[in-house]
Amino acid sequence: MGKIRVLMAKPGYDSHFRGAVVVATTLRNAGMEVIYLGGQQPSEVANTALQEDVDVIGISTLSSTYMEYLTELTSLLKNKGIAEKLLVVGGVVIPDDVPKLKEMGVDGYFPPGSDLVSIVDYIRNGVK
Amino acid sequence: MDIAKEVLNGNKRAVSRMITLIENKDPVAKEIINELYPHTGSGKIVGITGPPGVGKSTLVDQMIKEWRKRDKKIAVVAIDPTSPFHGGAILGDRIRMQDNFLDENVFIRSMGTRGAYGGLSKSTGEAVNVFDAAGYDIILIETVGAGQVEVDIAKLAHTTTVVVVPGLGDAIQTMKAGMFEIPDIIVVNKADLTGADDAVMELELMLAWAPKIEWKMSVLKTIALENDGIEELLDEVERHWKYLEETGMLYKREETRYEEELVDLVTENIKESVLKEIKSNGKLDMIVKKIVSRKITPYTAADEILAGLKPNK
Repeated sequence: MGKIRVLMAKPGYDSHFRGAVVVATTLRNAGMEVIYLGGQQPSEVANTALQEDVDVIGISTLSSTYMEYLTELTSLLKNKGIAEKLLVVGGVVIPDDVPKLKEMGVDGYFPPGSDLVSIVDYIRNGVK
Repeated sequence: MDIAKEVLNGNKRAVSRMITLIENKDPVAKEIINELYPHTGSGKIVGITGPPGVGKSTLVDQMIKEWRKRDKKIAVVAIDPTSPFHGGAILGDRIRMQDNFLDENVFIRSMGTRGAYGGLSKSTGEAVNVFDAAGYDIILIETVGAGQVEVDIAKLAHTTTVVVVPGLGDAIQTMKAGMFEIPDIIVVNKADLTGADDAVMELELMLAWAPKIEWKMSVLKTIALENDGIEELLDEVERHWKYLEETGMLYKREETRYEEELVDLVTENIKESVLKEIKSNGKLDMIVKKIVSRKITPYTAADEILAGLKPNK
């Protein structure tokens, strides 16, 4: 059995990095391989996901443009034939938008204050 | 998906998937490697090694860009350490190579060492072959931040570049065994820092003492962040390839690489089958108890185990 590989990124214009770093370190300590990308555009995230053959894509956002960002990202993942990857979003999302994200192809959403262990468990269960 | 066929067609998903299969030691991987192997041997393998923080990833980023100008298709294997405690890893080389994320002729793959201690991961050689078979002209390998003994790269690469920065130590450091025995090219990066010329001078002095071989090694200065000295570095790497080809050393290097890989494969297989044999029905436990109670010495026990092995299954 291989290791779970996770790509961790945030929208390119979003300067908040602490959440992404805390989650990346937590996943590392849980024995996963985390490719830390920092701020990137959706095209760069999708290309990296393809080349790194990750199981999970984590997007940390404190930006108000997450809808546009994730719409573009999910459609790129579909185009590349890698939409099956577990897509997890963390950060600030308007509650009404959460169902829309799920519909779009986001698998999991973790609001600020989420228990780190619950994120690890969610990923372990989600990656078959 | 017929992975072998798709890798040979250069299909990125297939290449990516194949490397995962290799890393996970999936039984399928072995068959695919067998299919790919006859199609390898044309890619040039370039190793970049040196201590943590000297700018290896940034240098690789610039080298990719420069080689793209020379119309080469580039693959990068970037290796970072896996924790010996929990098995996790942060693979953070790629973030320095983002200028090349969208180039269709560049493929970057990050790997954790997963228990290997020579500066590479166990799967690096096989990943290189996958890229080679998929038609990449140059395969750049960035090792983990290396200290003095992580020198496996020299056995795998055609050209090994050791990167240092000014102020790492005096001439005595360069005389020690290990890191400075392996380079074909030495780069002093961050050459805008004070002490760069002293570093170059000390390294050149070391080269003057080194045993004479036909290849005349150079010490080059770069400032990777400013793309300074990169063209010269690439010229030097290409000059080294020419030297390897003209002197027959290319063939010699391949021999060294595959001798090493073959011995590793055989050793690993023997180790696995021996462990399987002696761990079955508590044999190992029993022998260890005898050793601890001083009824038998470790050496005798080892001899007995080896003598008792069936020569073939």
